[in-house]
Amino acid sequence: MTALSLRDVRKNFGATEIIRGVTLDIQPGERHCIIGPNGAGKTTLFNLISGRFPITSGEISLNNTRIDQQPPHLINRAGLSRSFQITSIFQRLSVFENLRCALLWSMGYRYSFWSALWRQKALNEKAEFLLEDLNLASRRDIPAGLLSYAEQRALEIGMTIAGGASVILLDEPTAGMSNTETDYAMALIRRVTQGKTLLMVEHDMKVVFDLADTITVLVYGQVIASGPPETVRSSRAVQEAYLGALEE
Amino acid sequence: MTRSGNGARWIWVFAVALALAVPWAFHNFQTGRDSGFVLSMLSQMGMMVILSLSYNMLLGQAGLFSLCHATFFGIGGYATVHFLNAAGAGSLPLPMEVIPLLSGLTGLGLALIFGYMATKQRATAFAMITMGIGELMATAALMFHSFFGGEGGVTTNRMIDHSLFGLTYASGMQVYYLILVWTLICAGSMYFLTQTPLGRMANATRDNYERAQFMGYDPRVVRFLQFSLSGLFAGVGGGLYAITYEIVTFDALAAPLSANALLMAYIGGTTVFGGPILGAVLITLLQSGVSLLSNSWLVYVGVLFISMVMFAPAGLSGLIIAHGPIAAAGRLRRLTVPYLRLVVPFLALVLGFVGLVELMSFLTIGAAQGKKLVLFGSAINIEATQPWLISVVCLLGGGAWLRWEARAFHRVWESLTADLKQRDRV
Ligand SMILES: Nc1ncnc2c1ncn2[C@@H]1O[C@H](COP(=O)(O)OP(=O)(O)OP(=O)(O)O)[C@@H](O)[C@H]1O
Ligand SMILES: [Mg+2]
Repeated sequence: MTALSLRDVRKNFGATEIIRGVTLDIQPGERHCIIGPNGAGKTTLFNLISGRFPITSGEISLNNTRIDQQPPHLINRAGLSRSFQITSIFQRLSVFENLRCALLWSMGYRYSFWSALWRQKALNEKAEFLLEDLNLASRRDIPAGLLSYAEQRALEIGMTIAGGASVILLDEPTAGMSNTETDYAMALIRRVTQGKTLLMVEHDMKVVFDLADTITVLVYGQVIASGPPETVRSSRAVQEAYLGALEE
Repeated sequence: MTRSGNGARWIWVFAVALALAVPWAFHNFQTGRDSGFVLSMLSQMGMMVILSLSYNMLLGQAGLFSLCHATFFGIGGYATVHFLNAAGAGSLPLPMEVIPLLSGLTGLGLALIFGYMATKQRATAFAMITMGIGELMATAALMFHSFFGGEGGVTTNRMIDHSLFGLTYASGMQVYYLILVWTLICAGSMYFLTQTPLGRMANATRDNYERAQFMGYDPRVVRFLQFSLSGLFAGVGGGLYAITYEIVTFDALAAPLSANALLMAYIGGTTVFGGPILGAVLITLLQSGVSLLSNSWLVYVGVLFISMVMFAPAGLSGLIIAHGPIAAAGRLRRLTVPYLRLVVPFLALVLGFVGLVELMSFLTIGAAQGKKLVLFGSAINIEATQPWLISVVCLLGGGAWLRWEARAFHRVWESLTADLKQRDRV
């Protein structure tokens, strides 16, 4: 069984083809990093997998079930959760409420308008626990929109993993963070994605080679290499198209 | 958004006690008569509180800009007239006290249908659809006579002789307490809703429609349910309207009432649960009080609304809450002098504006009605230049002066809040 599988996925915006036939298999429990230059289509690929945009052609399956025709909320319920490159949180809700919202569906509350949130012990404890885990406990009741950038990024990660999805997509989770913040965030990501399938877009090569079991290199909407870090690092095509350019 | 603290709880207790007691403050114990004016004003407040709170379930809590809220209030009202008629004729064996529940269910039923249509859309498209719905219902009300009664509306008699407590509802006092109880039930339930998963996800979809989708929620379903429930409460409000006035016309569901719901919620403040209550009370006071004194009361409400949008978008409750941190730090006293300095120029500005509006109104409408402008006990000659001149000077002078003082006030406010931030950091 594959956790996530893409078969010749293509996406056009108008006349331009942005994703040009991506085929990818991700095994359960794998830590898979996607790298590639700006504008390669990494975020677009995430948008396709998570159902934000419809694909033009191809097939996407989650745990061997087709998801490419489904809306985001159904894909999420099927066990896939994603974060956003540009922080996407509930600005006016408190940090605690943001996390609680992220937990609600997975804990079976659905659209309940008869259960009082303050009485849901398990839910609230889980949200408090996450808050501690994210190092945001001191910011508990502040509107999320007022957090610092790094704090918002941490919240973004927390909201993504809160629901306990088995497949996690993180889009540049450490972008714009300082070195210490990055280290902290990576430790957090390692911890909270324990035993899960992780698909992550990342620009920081140190982070990538530290974390990944498999690396996929995406250039101009096409996979030019995919495999274990050593193989990818020594691949000529990658050197030429991408890594070389970075090391200069 | 968190549960209200102790201070807030006392405000609620006080508000309920006030609502219970006010009719008795105007009760004449010698003759045993109630003040009809006060009772009908208070009853109106109750309905408007329900209307504005239920509207805020959309605007403030879900970020939905609806323009047809009166539709559900109105349909609750019309249906209730028919319920009361049936009850009076003996074919609906229900006591008066539970009839508003039926009104609510009527509102809910219609909101399910219209909500399904409207909440498929977002933002501007949503607003336009609700506007269409409002117009549709207003037209329907004039076309289908058997239910809506055309221009004259439909009438009923609330003395259906069936009550859980043996009440006749012949007196305004009994009706007021019925309204009060239902207002409390509705306000309590709407508050409860803000503390449920649906209520919280309504806030979430307001802040970030897209993100909610990636957490398993279909934002359209959230909005559909929120819209429907808000129709339920509006329907109850309409039912109380029918019981109070025993007549329901076009006014109860037409666009001006929808606009009123928006006005009350916005002026009171949409960011706090209790804000719309404040707005409903204030607007009803203006409506009942100022409308007796002046033909132009709507002008004043309009100007108040515009000023709120421009200067205090979080409404009256937002203004009050902004003082919270300063009060908590014990620095409220530092604002006393700056506030006092605002008073005189503000009054001058208001006096000038009101003067001009009234002078103009008396030049046209007042003259036609044969009224005279009376100020401070003496009749004023509106043909003379002096009152016009004084008004203009007050308006312009007061305005300029207020601007000046407002800047000074702003500086004090800024330095106070900056101080507080500094302290927080240490
Ligand atoms: N909604 C859209 N409509 C049209 N074009 C789009 C849209 N989204 C992305 N694109 C285009 O697709 C290309 C790939 O964008 P994408 O955001 O996926 O790149 P990326 O690999 O994530 O880059 P970065 O590293 O800068 O985040 C870009 O040329 C972009 O302009
Ligand atoms: Mg990107």
